[in-house]
Amino acid sequence: MGIVMNELVEIVGLTKAYDARHVAVNNITLTLPKGKIVGLLGPNGSGKTTLIKMLNGLLTPTQGSIMINGRYVGVESKAHVAYLPDRTYLSGNQKICEILDYFVDFYEDFSREKAEEMLRNLNIDPETKLKTLSKGNKEKVQLILVMSRNADLYVLDEPIAGVDPAARDYILRTIINNYNPDATVIISTHLIGDIEQVLDEVIFMRYGHLVLYTSVDNIREQHGKSVDAYFREVFAC
Amino acid sequence: MAWELDNDRPIYAQLVDRIQMQIVSGYYQPGGKLPSVRELAAEAAVNPNTMQKAFVELERSGLIITQRTNGRNVTEDTELIANIKEGMAREHMNLFFSKMKELGYADGEIRALIDREAPLDNR
Repeated sequence: MGIVMNELVEIVGLTKAYDARHVAVNNITLTLPKGKIVGLLGPNGSGKTTLIKMLNGLLTPTQGSIMINGRYVGVESKAHVAYLPDRTYLSGNQKICEILDYFVDFYEDFSREKAEEMLRNLNIDPETKLKTLSKGNKEKVQLILVMSRNADLYVLDEPIAGVDPAARDYILRTIINNYNPDATVIISTHLIGDIEQVLDEVIFMRYGHLVLYTSVDNIREQHGKSVDAYFREVFAC
Repeated sequence: MAWELDNDRPIYAQLVDRIQMQIVSGYYQPGGKLPSVRELAAEAAVNPNTMQKAFVELERSGLIITQRTNGRNVTEDTELIANIKEGMAREHMNLFFSKMKELGYADGEIRALIDREAPLDNR
């Protein structure tokens, strides 16, 4: 197969313990290839957000390591990881165009043209303040900001939580349309059924452990059911 | 509109079925050009890799042809298309007959029912 490296994310023995009794991520080893859309699935408290924050360098592992495209997570890797947090960090008082300025300053890989084009397609005026937008449009604008970066890894924490079905479709299409064979997208969500058909692969987490890492079509082939139905079976209380 | 997909079968297999149906029904004409993986993935609202996998499957069966520079076309082999169409028709017929037998109809009764309910010259 030649010498082209296909691995994008290499996680080895990754552990995050907040104290002796609270191990949020427990000894995870996982390699993710380039060019995949990966669902990060698990019940509340399974360690998804802790894992995501370590991928972004916002939390330091207690043990183990993460490499992204050959770089250990740190200042340098951050420049190549685009992160949509589950809660916004943007000020509602800012105009969208001011937020664009901020992204241009902050991220070398940010394309202002791309973001402006996507905003135009939604008829969102860059002169409006973020706080005046509807919840759905706020989510869309934040996704546009993230997807307008030319990153190696996109990490989207609950991108479709609490939006209506039309906004959800827009968000999923935006993810598909920005698909790039050299980058990988990790999407964490509870709403598996809604995003299943855009996923290549899924990661199941429980109590900080990696339970399963496989492809959507494998689950359907082996179990004759959707990932959503299978998830409910695996995590039934 | 996103394509309607079932929950119990692999997604790529359903994409193969759907595109195959569009070819045998003439929605995509023999020798005609197909949209790109990206366009079709966006239309179906599915992952581009999954659409790619469906295309590979359709290439293997000979129904679509990939040209290095010119994208993808439906085959010009109308006989192949007709064969695949007949195979699909046979599957539908088999399913129909097994359902009718489940209902308790004998072969002769099924034939009579078809003649009564769906005379060909009324179609």
